[in-house]
Amino acid sequence: MKDQHINRRDFLNIVGLTAATTTAALYGCAPKDQKGSGSKASSPVPTDKMTYRSFPSLGEDKVSLLGYGCMRWPTIPSPDGKGDLIDQDAVNELVDYAIAHGVNYFDTAPVYVQGWSEKATGIALSRHPRESYYLATKLSNFSNYTRENSIAMYRRSLSELQTDYLDYYLLHSIGGGGMKMFNERYIENGMLDFVMKEREAGCIRHLGWSFHGKPDVFDEVLALHDTVHWDFVQIQMNYVDWRHATGNNVNGEYLYQELEKRNIPAIIMEPLLGGRLSNVPQHIMMRLKQQRPEDSVASWAFRFAGSPELVLTALSGMTYMEHLQDNIRTYSPLIPLTDEEKEFLEETAQLMIKYPTIPCNDCKYCMPCPYAIDIPAVLLHYNKCVNEGNVPKSRTDANYREARRAFLVGYDRSVPKLRQADHCVGCNQCNEHCPQSIDIPKELQRIDKFVEQLKQETL
Amino acid sequence: MLRKIRLVATTLCFVLITLLFLDFTGTLHGWFGWLAKIQFLPAVLALNVGVVLFFIILTLAFGRTYCSVICPLGVFQDVIARFGRIGRKLPYAYSPALSWLRYGVLAVFVLALIAGAGSFVALLAPYSAYGRIANNLFQPLWMWGNNLLAYLAERIDSYAFYEVDVWMKSLPTLLVAVATFVVLFVLAWRNGRTYCNTICPVGTVLGFISRFSLYRITIDTEKCNSCGLCTHKCKAACIDGKQHKVDASRCVACMDCLDVCRKKAISYAPVWNTKKQNTTPTQPEDKTNLSRRRALSATALVLMGSALKAQEKKVEKVEMKRDGGLAPIKERKEQERLTPIVPPGAQSIRNMGQHCTACQLCVSACPNHVLRPSGGLMTLMQPEMSYERGYCRPECTKCSEVCPAGAILPITKADKSSIQIGHAVWVKENCIPLTDGVECGNCSRHCPTNAIEMVASDPADPKSLKIPVINTERCIGCGACENLCPSRPLTAIYVEGHERHRVI
Repeated sequence: MKDQHINRRDFLNIVGLTAATTTAALYGCAPKDQKGSGSKASSPVPTDKMTYRSFPSLGEDKVSLLGYGCMRWPTIPSPDGKGDLIDQDAVNELVDYAIAHGVNYFDTAPVYVQGWSEKATGIALSRHPRESYYLATKLSNFSNYTRENSIAMYRRSLSELQTDYLDYYLLHSIGGGGMKMFNERYIENGMLDFVMKEREAGCIRHLGWSFHGKPDVFDEVLALHDTVHWDFVQIQMNYVDWRHATGNNVNGEYLYQELEKRNIPAIIMEPLLGGRLSNVPQHIMMRLKQQRPEDSVASWAFRFAGSPELVLTALSGMTYMEHLQDNIRTYSPLIPLTDEEKEFLEETAQLMIKYPTIPCNDCKYCMPCPYAIDIPAVLLHYNKCVNEGNVPKSRTDANYREARRAFLVGYDRSVPKLRQADHCVGCNQCNEHCPQSIDIPKELQRIDKFVEQLKQETL
Repeated sequence: MLRKIRLVATTLCFVLITLLFLDFTGTLHGWFGWLAKIQFLPAVLALNVGVVLFFIILTLAFGRTYCSVICPLGVFQDVIARFGRIGRKLPYAYSPALSWLRYGVLAVFVLALIAGAGSFVALLAPYSAYGRIANNLFQPLWMWGNNLLAYLAERIDSYAFYEVDVWMKSLPTLLVAVATFVVLFVLAWRNGRTYCNTICPVGTVLGFISRFSLYRITIDTEKCNSCGLCTHKCKAACIDGKQHKVDASRCVACMDCLDVCRKKAISYAPVWNTKKQNTTPTQPEDKTNLSRRRALSATALVLMGSALKAQEKKVEKVEMKRDGGLAPIKERKEQERLTPIVPPGAQSIRNMGQHCTACQLCVSACPNHVLRPSGGLMTLMQPEMSYERGYCRPECTKCSEVCPAGAILPITKADKSSIQIGHAVWVKENCIPLTDGVECGNCSRHCPTNAIEMVASDPADPKSLKIPVINTERCIGCGACENLCPSRPLTAIYVEGHERHRVI
C-alpha cells in the first residue's frame, strides 16, 4: 500500500511537471503577431526622415506620405461587458508616436468605429498644436441626406474634432448607388454648394471626395472639376487592384491616370487591402522576402502606393504600434519602386488573384448586421484559411484532416456560434454598405455550405 | 495476489467508465463503449441475455465480483471509503444484514420497473446513479479543464483542443446527482459499502445469487485466533469474526481481508475445499443503526441546497451604432412542446421510458447540445431533445452508439436521415418576412431533407416575400430549422415530437 502511494504521487508529480514545462516551452515558441520582423525592425525608427509631398494647388501644405487612417482605432471590452469602447490611452499613444515621427495627416469620418472615431481622434490631436497636423474628415450622409442632417453632420465633425476648420473635407464614398445617389446626397440638397461656400470661407481648406464603385460615376464627378475644382481625390489603389480590381471596383491604374490627366493629387486608401497584402500566402511572402529580406511584406504595398508622384499621402488604419513603426520605416524615406520592381509586383498580383479570397478589408461598414452575424469575422476567417491552405477541395486532399480541423475549430474560435454564417437570413441589408461590392449573403451562404460539407464530411 | 488482480481490473474499469462520461468528443466510446453495455441493469433492460447470463454464472462461480470490479458506483464508494478510513485503524465493524430492507427495496424496484416508473428505477440503479454524478459533477470540471487547454492551445496556434460550452442541462437532475453524491459520500466515508448491501437492487439480486457461489471467502476456524482484524477491515461489514461466519450475500469479493489476516486463516476457495464455511442470513434487527442511516440520508438531502448557476457563455450586447459593432442577441426561450422529442433510434417514447436507466451517457456524448435530462415526473432524468443550442446534426449518431440499455438502439446515418422523430410546425406571428419585412428562408436553406419550401406570402402576388411551408411527410424533426430560425426569443418554426417514430 505504502509503495503504491508514493508511486501514485510521483506519477502525478511527473505528469504535472511535464505538462507545465511543455506548456511553457510551447508558449515560449509562440509566434508573435508582428508584421515588421527582420533585423531592420530592430533598428530605431527614424524621426526626421519622413517623405513629404506638396503640390502647388494645395498651397503651403507639406503632407507626410504616411497618412493615419482613423478607421481602425484600438478598442477594449467595455466595463459593463456590452461590446467595446475605444481605447483612448492607446489612441493617444499612437497619435503622439505618429506625430513625433513625422506623420501629420489624420483621416477620419463621422461613421468610423461605431461613430466614435472623430471624438477619439479629436481628443488625441487636441493635445498637439493645431498647425502641426492636417485633419481630414468626410460627409458621411449615407442614410439620411437631408440638408439639415448633412449640415448637422458637418458641424458635429468640427465640434468632435475640437477645431474650427478642416484641412481636407471629403464627400464620403461616392459611387455607391450611382449618379442618382450622388445627386441626392450632394446636388439636390445643395450640399455641394454649401461645402464650396465653406471652402471659400476658409472653414474647409481643401475639398475632395472618396470613391468606391463604377467608373461612370467617377468620370462624371471628375468632370465637375471644371466648375467645382476638386483639390484632391481619394482612391483605392494597391498593386492588386492596379490591374485586377474585384467586383464593381475600378482598376487603380485607370483612376490614377484620370487624375493625372487633370493633375489632381491622389490620396490612397486601402494600400494594404485591410491587411490582405500583409497577411499573404506563404509562398508569396517568401517571394517578397527573397527580394528584400529585411523589409516587411507590407512595405511592398506601401512603396507601391507611395511611388507615383501624384500621390499626396497613403492612408493606413494602424491599430498596432508595430504596424505604425513598420510603415514609418517604409516612408522614412520612401525608396520608390524601380520599373523591375513594379513588374515583379504585377507578377505577384497575378499570383495573388489565383487565391480565392473574398475581397473583404474589414472596414465594418456592413456592421452591425441586424441578425447579429459578425460578417467581417466570418469572411476574414475564411480568407485566413484560404491563405493557409486550410480550405480543402475534397476529402481526398492530402491535408484534408488537418485542414478540416483547422477550419472548423478556428471558425468557432474566431466567431461565436450565434454570429456564424449559418444565421444569415439573406435580407441583403448589408450589401449596399460594402465598398468592395461583395455579395455578402451569397458569400456567407457559400461559406456555410462549405462548413456543412466539412462537418458532414461530404466534401 | 488476488487482491492486486482485483485492484488492477477495478482501476481500469472505473477509470475507463468515468472517462466515458467525461469524454465529449466521442472518441473513447468507440473503444470502450462496451463497458457501459456490460452493466447489469442496462443489460437486463436491453434484454442482453448473454451479458446477464454471464454475470449470473460469474456470480455463481466467484461471488459478487461484479460489484467490486465492474460497477462504477461500487468502486466509487471504495474510493471514498479509502479516504474515509485514513487515520482509522479499525474502521469498520460487523453488522447483521437488513434483509427485509434489501428485499423490500428490490420488490418496490421491480414493481416500479414493471409499472414503467422509469424515474424511480433510475433513482436507485447503481450504474445510472454514478453516470449522473459523473455527468453532472465531473464532466463540467473536465470541460473547464479542456477549455483551459483550449485557451492555451489557441495562444500557441494549435488546434489540438477546442472550447466547449458548459451549461446546466437540468436543475432537477443536477440536484438528484448532488443528493446521491452526498448520501453516498457520507455512507461510504463512514461504513464503506452500506448502499450496496442495503439499498442497491442490483446488489441484492447478485447478493442472493452469490449465497450459492462456488468460490467464497471462508475462515479456517483452526487457524483463526479471533483477533477480529478482518471484521474491522471489511468495508462490506459482512465478516462476523466472533462466529467465524462470512455473509456471502453481502461479500463483494474484494479480497481485502485475505491480506489482512496474520494467521492466514482466511481464504478464497471453492466451497467443497472448505470444512467450515458459513452463509447466514442473519436477523435483521438493528433499529438504532437503521434510524441513524435514515437520519443521515435526510440530512444529506437537506444539505444539497445550493445550485450551480448556468455556466453558459454570455454573448455581449452592443448598442446599434454606425460602422461596426455587433447587434445584441436575445436569449432564446425554451420551446414548449406537446410531445417531447426523443432521439432517433429510441423508436418511441414508450420504448425510451421502458429501457432508459437515465445514466446520462447519451447526454454526455451529445456534441450538439441537443440532449438534456427531462424534467417530467415520469421521465425524470431520461433524455429528451431541444434545439435552443444546436440541432440533431445529420452526421451524428453518437447517442445511439453509446446507449447501453437499448433505449436508443444503434442506427446508421442513413437510417437517421429517414427516421421521423417529430415534425416542424410554423408559427406565423414570429416569421421574419412577415414581422421584419425581409427575405429569409433560413429554415428551408438548412433543411437536410428538403421538407421546407418557400412560397409567396400573398398567393395573388408571386413577388411577395416568401414564407416557409412544411412537407410533414418529409420532415424528420432534426430541428435545423428551429435552431437556425432568426426569430428570438421564440422561433417561427419548431419541432413537435412523435409518440412513435416512423420511417419514411
